[in-house]
Amino acid sequence: MAPAFPPTRLSVVARTRSDDEETRRVAFATMVDAYWKPAYRYLRLNWRLEPDAAADATQDFFVSVLEKDLIGRYDPGRARFRTYLRLCLDGFAANQRKADHRLKRGGGVLVVPLDFTTAEGELARIEPSVPANVDEFFYREWVREIFDWAVAELRSQSLAKGRGVMFRVFALYELAGDTDDRPSYAAIASRLDLTPAMVTNHLAAMRREFRRIVLDRLREVTGSDDEWEAEARQLLGGHW
Amino acid sequence: MSPLSDATMRRLREAASWPAFEVRYVALGVVGQGGSATVYRARDETLERDVAIKVLDVPDLAGRAARRLTREVHLLAQLDHPGIVPIHDYGVLEDGRSYFVMKLVEGRPLDGAASTRPLAERLALFERVLETVAFAHDRGIVHRDLKPPNILVGTFGQVFVMDWGAADARSFAEAETVVAGTPGYMAPEQESGAPVDARTDVFALGTILRELAGCGAPAALRSIADKASAAAAADRYPSVQEMAEDIHAYRVGEAPGSYREPVMERLLRLYRRYELPVLLVAAYVVMRALLLMWNGM
Repeated sequence: MAPAFPPTRLSVVARTRSDDEETRRVAFATMVDAYWKPAYRYLRLNWRLEPDAAADATQDFFVSVLEKDLIGRYDPGRARFRTYLRLCLDGFAANQRKADHRLKRGGGVLVVPLDFTTAEGELARIEPSVPANVDEFFYREWVREIFDWAVAELRSQSLAKGRGVMFRVFALYELAGDTDDRPSYAAIASRLDLTPAMVTNHLAAMRREFRRIVLDRLREVTGSDDEWEAEARQLLGGHW
Repeated sequence: MSPLSDATMRRLREAASWPAFEVRYVALGVVGQGGSATVYRARDETLERDVAIKVLDVPDLAGRAARRLTREVHLLAQLDHPGIVPIHDYGVLEDGRSYFVMKLVEGRPLDGAASTRPLAERLALFERVLETVAFAHDRGIVHRDLKPPNILVGTFGQVFVMDWGAADARSFAEAETVVAGTPGYMAPEQESGAPVDARTDVFALGTILRELAGCGAPAALRSIADKASAAAAADRYPSVQEMAEDIHAYRVGEAPGSYREPVMERLLRLYRRYELPVLLVAAYVVMRALLLMWNGM
């Protein structure tokens, strides 16, 4: 029997409580990497901040997460980690609006450079609508970030293992275009000089790998094993 | 790189969830979704037929969902009954998700299938549900999650009781004492995590009967539903068989044991049931009376 997915990556919540400073620093960077774009888009669309103001607020928010040890104060029994962060972000934005001035930045401790120009361009391209349910909106942007990261990781791992053709099959079939006119297996086979059976096998292998990467990433950015299972069930189970 | 569009995200979710069977089966589409598993329509390439495959959605570190699926597989293998979908195969995907293969049933959930039928037909369907559940109870198996979406009605009126994943079997020593079921159909003892028995399913069946009968149901039928879904287990039918006997009594025009029938209603019911003999006796009495009067004159 094949093993279930091994817990290869520890949650950022667990790692930010580590005694080792380097582990804590990398964990914080991972958390920022996973959450800054959803936070920025959330501030832009839900709080209706202008691009510059949203960029500043995003930076300031993650600085305050670090300064106030908001990750250390997270209680997995009360909410999912992404919901907790979103609530923290709401509180932060509300306070910032009330005070009507920006919080001072704290000592250049933010270790991940955030590319707001790219984020703003992406926001214009995906043209997301502001949903009535803010938690749903934050969730959707969070999933987009996880999938974005997983696709990049799949590409990078495939190239490193000499499986570039397999990734191209995956990209042609799963990533091409926004409509349902995805190419047939035969068309992909002809384009890449493969047989349709090879396309089938490559796709199956890439899907498995993609699933593994997504679950690994989920494990990293959730607060506990139970939360990981619940998020995985919500993300990968059910109808869409 | 451009951010992923909503449409691409939907594709990727599907790609990450799609089961890749190593041999024999090819998934064709999603036909159902449960709490922790998805049911796919799939092609069995060896036997060249379509089947249904239930696949766990996610890996579970504690193995709870996999244990539950395994238990369902073993239960189904024991239950050879026309009202229970037979199991064909069982396995584990390369990514660690357990699955089992069963007969593909084409049908509609009980509530949808019953909504357009007259009461007599709805009760006939319900009796088949009772037969199936009673069969499982005879083998020491309590379903624990009976509800209309878990009961399928086939094209020709066949009834299938589905989703035995929450079932509790006395033969399974390691059966978990977790709270399983659906609010609204769960008996109070089930909600509280207390031990369950056949009367737990009787409670759910009472709720289903009340829904099937509708708000204008006759009092006698309502009494059966009320007794079955009594809050205290001791006040319910002790077995599905006894509930079935009351349903049968109602269908053939007798008073169910659960119903305290008013005298007038009893007379009317007896009249309806024995209409011809009653009319013959009445005609005879009238003729005798007329003859007596004639002779007297």
